Amino acid sequence: MNNSVANTARLLWAGLRALLVLTVVCGVLYPLAVTGVAQGVFPDQANGSEITANGKVVGSELIGQRYDLPLKKGQETAAPDLKWFQPRPSNGLGTNSVNTQYKLILSGATNRSGDNKELIDWVTAAKAAVVKDNSVPGHPVSPSDVPADAVTSSGSGLDPAISPAYAQLQVRRVAERNHLPVAQVEKLVEQHTDGRILGFVGEPRVNVLQLNIALKQLVDGA
Amino acid sequence: MSPVLAGVLQVLALVVALGLAYRPLGDYMAGVYSSNKHLRVEKWMYKAVGADPNTQMRWPAYLRGVLAFSAVSVLFLYLLQRLQGALPGSLGFASIDPDQAFNTAASFVANTNWQSYSGEQAMGHVVQTGGLAVQNFVSAAVGMAVAVALVRGFARSRTGELGNFWSDLVRGTVRILLPIATVGALVLVACGAIQNFAGIHEVGQFMGGSQQWNGGAVASQEAIKELGTNGGGYFNANSSHPFENPNGLSNLLEIFLILVIPFAMTRTFGRMVGSLKQGYAILATMGIIWLGFTSLMMWTEFAHHGPAFEIAGGAMEGKETRFGIGGSSIFAVATTLTSTGAVNSFHSSYTGFGGGITMLGMQLGEIAPGGVGSGLYGMLVMAIIAVFIAGLMVGRTPEYLGKKIGTREIKLAACYILITPALVLCFTAAAMALPTPPHSMTNTGAHGFSEVLYAYTSGANNNGSAFAGLNADTQWFNTTIGLAMLLGRFLPMVFILALAGSLAEQKPVPATVGTLGTHKPLFSGLLVGTILIITGLTFFPALALGPLAEGLAS
Repeated sequence: MNNSVANTARLLWAGLRALLVLTVVCGVLYPLAVTGVAQGVFPDQANGSEITANGKVVGSELIGQRYDLPLKKGQETAAPDLKWFQPRPSNGLGTNSVNTQYKLILSGATNRSGDNKELIDWVTAAKAAVVKDNSVPGHPVSPSDVPADAVTSSGSGLDPAISPAYAQLQVRRVAERNHLPVAQVEKLVEQHTDGRILGFVGEPRVNVLQLNIALKQLVDGA
Repeated sequence: MSPVLAGVLQVLALVVALGLAYRPLGDYMAGVYSSNKHLRVEKWMYKAVGADPNTQMRWPAYLRGVLAFSAVSVLFLYLLQRLQGALPGSLGFASIDPDQAFNTAASFVANTNWQSYSGEQAMGHVVQTGGLAVQNFVSAAVGMAVAVALVRGFARSRTGELGNFWSDLVRGTVRILLPIATVGALVLVACGAIQNFAGIHEVGQFMGGSQQWNGGAVASQEAIKELGTNGGGYFNANSSHPFENPNGLSNLLEIFLILVIPFAMTRTFGRMVGSLKQGYAILATMGIIWLGFTSLMMWTEFAHHGPAFEIAGGAMEGKETRFGIGGSSIFAVATTLTSTGAVNSFHSSYTGFGGGITMLGMQLGEIAPGGVGSGLYGMLVMAIIAVFIAGLMVGRTPEYLGKKIGTREIKLAACYILITPALVLCFTAAAMALPTPPHSMTNTGAHGFSEVLYAYTSGANNNGSAFAGLNADTQWFNTTIGLAMLLGRFLPMVFILALAGSLAEQKPVPATVGTLGTHKPLFSGLLVGTILIITGLTFFPALALGPLAEGLAS
């Protein structure tokens, strides 16, 4: 009996020592080495691909943001500022519920199923809003023109991109609100459309932040 | 180019890349586990452990090593989280509650990475990088060690010796996982994944104001999270978060990392048992199931049946623009046919059938190609069942790789395949029968049931993905899923090692004309059939109540 207790203790002690050694290798040396090289060779990416406009950081190329009007009294959700290109909905995004000394964004999806009542309502409402917001005199938007990404929330809630179709759908509205010629805004969207990597990897997309920065430069310059 | 064609081309690109890696990696791993030489750094590590790497262990000793190391790991990770509030480098985050700390410790040691917490708001740098990411390495290395022990059981004769656990653990980590993870991590950074130790900081926004973000060693954790088929995200959104998976290329790389070791281990197996063809037969079985599932998933997701998706005009809910339907479907299948559980899109918002495919993938036992190590040993157990069934048909004593599959072997194999279904179905039934656990569901009806069935399927099979509408941070779910993960990981290992010991003691039986050719396409076909029938019989009733009901209704 005593012998087996001693053996077990010896084995657990070996296990603990193995864990500590491996923690040093995999939990200290490995991340430090990767960080060292990453910070040396790819400092921009390693630190979050931040974008500066007019000398000010305006976000990350990779993280989507909202382009909303300031919240009015009595409003629960802010209305979109239709001057700017709008991103995808982000109904699954949250704020932190623990460690509330910070105000962190909590990435996430809605996790609603296809037959979920709430999701059906969200999608229906989003579709109606996209149709209404983007219809300009002489150019009504039909519901069948609205691409799926315009009315659904992404997985992270931080999707930085929209489909080229959704960007093109917004061109007339954005041109009208900013008093710019449609062709000029169209060209802007074209310039900011990224195709598939190597022609087949991923999907074509438009980075909303970069597009809006370019739009702002156009508006400020005009 | 249509999205469907782009999706198909991405699958083909993966096939080519995995094909190119198959031979060199498979042979290299066989060399690692067969070599008599120790690297200098490994010698230091053995000295620190106080173990002689040249001592051969019989199965009980090997198992004791696995269990002792894992028990210490659970305890260490539990304490690290419980003490987080007092540890420096933790961003000022509070300690984790006992039930959640137990769940998370069990989860990462069991190679599951089920997460009832949200990374960005709960876990500081020390716990993420020094605790969770370390288990991403070592839990994977433990799985590979057990698989290699079973392969040695087939390869060796008239001995009970299965190798040395400490040596297999250290070599798997140092020689296989670390080098690949390092390269993978750097490529991920180049794509845009972050890698820093910044604290919580303000980042200005376009419309004015700022947001609070935390930094972290994300790329280094992301690489091993996929490579070791772990799956625990640095952020709540896992691999759909742009800092974990920035573009289409990083997405494809991550899928490659998930699949590369499990597929290549069939070559390692073939090499170590002295017949590459035996490895190819297993590879073919895995490949057929993987490609079949991927095709079905792309079909159902592009077809997008379901009221909300039909209104939207596509199943983009929970999916990122940069990956689209194709890149998301390929990832979802790879992550659930292995024990990974990382997600780049949210399975709960897949079509009814799509959700069912992710669940069925896990319920197969995650063997096509499966987790690192666990995929191979799970598949070899299925192969034993298949030769047993074939033996019954012709009335011969079944044999596999020159070893008789007798009463003891078939009993151990049967115990192995019964564990996870028993855990999944009993816990799901209990959760549905009790009054409070169903309160955790976000969706109602068939999909609500699927959330619970998915949770235990994922836990017991050590996957870790979720129908994440389920609020799993309750004492009931933290405790029961924690138990399902530990039992679903370590009980099967007991049977695998016992089986390995029993095989290693046998003397080989010479092959005759009556021996079933387990290296032939016919056997791969038999094996696919066996896997589908066993899983189908076990889980059909449960699947009918959940994803099938949802899929047929829409």
